Amino acid sequence: MTAIIALSLFGISNLFLGFWFPRKVLQVLTLLFLAIGMGLTAIDWNHELLWFGNMFRTSNTSINFSLIIQLAAFLVVALSRGFGADDEHTHPAEYYAILLFSVVGAILMVSFDHMIMLFVGLEILSVAMYVLTGSDKRNLKSNEAALKYFLMGAFATGILLFGITLVYGATRSFYVSNLANIIAATAPESMPSFLYIGVLLMVVGLLFKVSAAPFHFWTPDVYDGAPTIFTMFMSTVVKTAGFAALYHILSGVFGGIYSTWVLTIYFISMLTLIIGNVTAAYQQSVKRMLAYSSISHAGYMLMTVSANQISSTSTILYYSLSYTLATVAAFAVLIIVSEYQTGRKEKPEDYASFEGLAKNNPGLAFCFTISLLSLAGIPLTAGFWGKFFIFSDSFNRNIIYPVILAILMSAVGIYYYFKGIIFMYFKDGDIEKIEVPTLFKIALWFCTIATLALGVYPNMVKSLF
Amino acid sequence: MNLLFILFFPLLIGAYLLITKPKHAFIISLSAAILEATATGILLYKINESALAITYIHDWIPEVGIQFSLKADGISGILIGLCALLLTFIIGSTAKTEKANHAQYQGLILLMQSAMMGAFLAKDAFLFYFFFEASLLPIYFLASKFGGENKSAITFKFLIYTIFGSLFLFIGLIFVYLRTPGTTHSADIETLYVTARNLSAEAQGYLFLAFFIAFAIKMPIFPFHTWQPDTYTTSPSQGTMLLSGIMLKMGTYGVIRLIIPMFPLGIGIWGNTAIVLSIIGVIYGSIIAIQQKDAKRLLAYSSFAHVGLISAGMLTQSLEGIQGALYQMLSHGINVIGLFFVIEIIERRTKSRELAQLGGITQSSYVLTVSFIILSLGSVALPLTNGFIGEFILLKSIFDYSFVFGIVAGITIILGAVYTLRLIQKTMFGNVSRITTEFSKLTLEEKMVLIPLSIFVLLGGIFPNAILHFSEESVLQITQLLK
Repeated sequence: MTAIIALSLFGISNLFLGFWFPRKVLQVLTLLFLAIGMGLTAIDWNHELLWFGNMFRTSNTSINFSLIIQLAAFLVVALSRGFGADDEHTHPAEYYAILLFSVVGAILMVSFDHMIMLFVGLEILSVAMYVLTGSDKRNLKSNEAALKYFLMGAFATGILLFGITLVYGATRSFYVSNLANIIAATAPESMPSFLYIGVLLMVVGLLFKVSAAPFHFWTPDVYDGAPTIFTMFMSTVVKTAGFAALYHILSGVFGGIYSTWVLTIYFISMLTLIIGNVTAAYQQSVKRMLAYSSISHAGYMLMTVSANQISSTSTILYYSLSYTLATVAAFAVLIIVSEYQTGRKEKPEDYASFEGLAKNNPGLAFCFTISLLSLAGIPLTAGFWGKFFIFSDSFNRNIIYPVILAILMSAVGIYYYFKGIIFMYFKDGDIEKIEVPTLFKIALWFCTIATLALGVYPNMVKSLF
Repeated sequence: MNLLFILFFPLLIGAYLLITKPKHAFIISLSAAILEATATGILLYKINESALAITYIHDWIPEVGIQFSLKADGISGILIGLCALLLTFIIGSTAKTEKANHAQYQGLILLMQSAMMGAFLAKDAFLFYFFFEASLLPIYFLASKFGGENKSAITFKFLIYTIFGSLFLFIGLIFVYLRTPGTTHSADIETLYVTARNLSAEAQGYLFLAFFIAFAIKMPIFPFHTWQPDTYTTSPSQGTMLLSGIMLKMGTYGVIRLIIPMFPLGIGIWGNTAIVLSIIGVIYGSIIAIQQKDAKRLLAYSSFAHVGLISAGMLTQSLEGIQGALYQMLSHGINVIGLFFVIEIIERRTKSRELAQLGGITQSSYVLTVSFIILSLGSVALPLTNGFIGEFILLKSIFDYSFVFGIVAGITIILGAVYTLRLIQKTMFGNVSRITTEFSKLTLEEKMVLIPLSIFVLLGGIFPNAILHFSEESVLQITQLLK
């Protein structure tokens, strides 16, 4: 809990430090702040406590989620380079500060014990993301993305809030633990019917944030328009926090009325799998492909949510971690390659930019390969075990058809992920040796090695979850 | 410890070659392969002496009951023996070519060996799956980096096709695994045997399909073979040897190790269909092979036909069927590698594989002709060659199972003779063509590969008992489960 206070203060101090220090110093300071934040989060391990008028609960699950979120933020900050052509006209201090604030919002979202806390956390995270999406001020696409994200996001938050209101009306409580007891104690017939509408609206609001179909329409444009470094942040932190919150609500609060919401989630997960994977296969741009792939991974994770097993929490944790590591590495290589290709190729973010990357940059190509393999769920990588746990959970609940669909869609996934590998290794291109800064290299290799290590020995973290 | 050495040694050397790219890659990988073969030989000797399986068990993911467990019994023993033996020849066959000291090429071959060894040794079903999938990556890179015409599209099709199949195996495994007793479950293959046999006939039927699709694509069985001729043709020779010599055995091994003991009721429902498909593959592959103009493609179809017979034999679930399948896997591996190597030798000298352009090689290279004929006769299953023993036992098991199937499958001997003799005649005999006039003699390195392989063909045909005896005990254990 002290972590959120500390991170907020660090964020504010970052704003002032920007007066005196250049970006590189701020970057190191922000890394330090996040490391302290992780330390403070980890201190609460094994202490189940309530804070802020019982509105905020720290448990081992929430600590794990908070650590994954902060790890993702840490990697994003480590991978951040200049925010534009010159640091004079951009505002690195503000960006780092906003990143820290959004991390606070994400931590609230994974540890709430009160519906208002969820709303506050979601808003802190979302408003920060609207700003970061539009941070490339001179780029029209970035502006468009920010506006689109803001309008759609505000609408979704409104729906969530409406849902919270209806649920409050039906149960007279905002507290998660209370709500669960009330719902468990009341017979389904005597429950007012608008409770179910409330649940549905809350779920829709959160599904929007995790970009599940049919609420995914903002995702490709926003991911594409935002500066890649913030796309990386969005696709990892927002997704992890969103899933933690969604699962907490559906399983922790509305677990008692499982049968009413499960079919909805069941079909949404199937729809998300189909739309995410099939559309990703048609993309020419790697960035858009990764955006659709993030939709498809939401589909896999929703399968666990609909299974609602005891092991589902640890599955979501494991999947979030493996997905975060792989996505961060993939976007990092994309940043390097597209920066190199800017001016050389018409569309620097297309697959074609990766032609012949392996020849003079075997390290970058290797990192990208491992991250794509992990996203595709090939053995030896963390993604494989993620899929394994998800399919196990689903089978435990006798969910057969979505699993078969997921298998078919995994095959489609292999098609578009391997396309990147083909372009790097088997096409001729003229990419020279690209210079990569040390910090960047360390973060990239950390992701790659962690992906492999979790693939060979998943127990390393699985035993913690 | 020996098991771990066999599993990880090629991996280490392969990774070393890939990372450091040393100059003398050929010497390193060849000595690694010989050392590996020696270690495997010692292990097989120990198993044969003590008649006991050698196991290694270590916790991997205790929370979900998955172990890192290896087991070498008679069945695995034959396959790791095959893998270790053939790898020395496969690496040896690159000698003095531009690929010999290509560190990536050799490294990928060794990684492939490690993954295949892992699949043959795994005692835990998920470990098996892990290696089963992992073996795809090196062969994919090998084929699409060093392959021939249109390699990118063809190998991509191969990759997606096979992964698609193995995903069904994956969910099938999870399904059975979740029904094993205990809160953490267990993925040990022997626990899965017990659990799966207790499932209802309907469930077993669906599971049989899920497993069989994966293995049928790997082998391949008609109608899942469409990736195979193109991939075999376009891959570099060593890639084709790996694919046909060892990798397809992962499919047949999977049937013996997993499907037969796990789903007797499932085979009851779908077994006939599967056998019919396999036999269709035998006849269909042979007929297409007869019409091929490209020698490598001809061999690809012949391999397809042979594996159909293996599959039909083992699906009869009889002792003879499984024993014959194991023996034929061994013979087929040796024969097909030899034959593909002969084609490569011809291609190196003439830059062509077109049957119409070749001919009269016997006048320039006597050793090549003799070993080619021995290897071909092994493939045709003439008595005194290893192919005869395998096919004879297989056909006997199919006859015992159903007289009609036996007769239809028996046509393979005639058809096999037709396409193989046509291959020999068009390449070795006849008039010397424009491109074979200056056909140079075999080099020492080429002889070092071809002559031992030919000797193995004859040895296998004259002394089959040692090998049949070696696997008998383990196969009996499996067939006893069925009673």
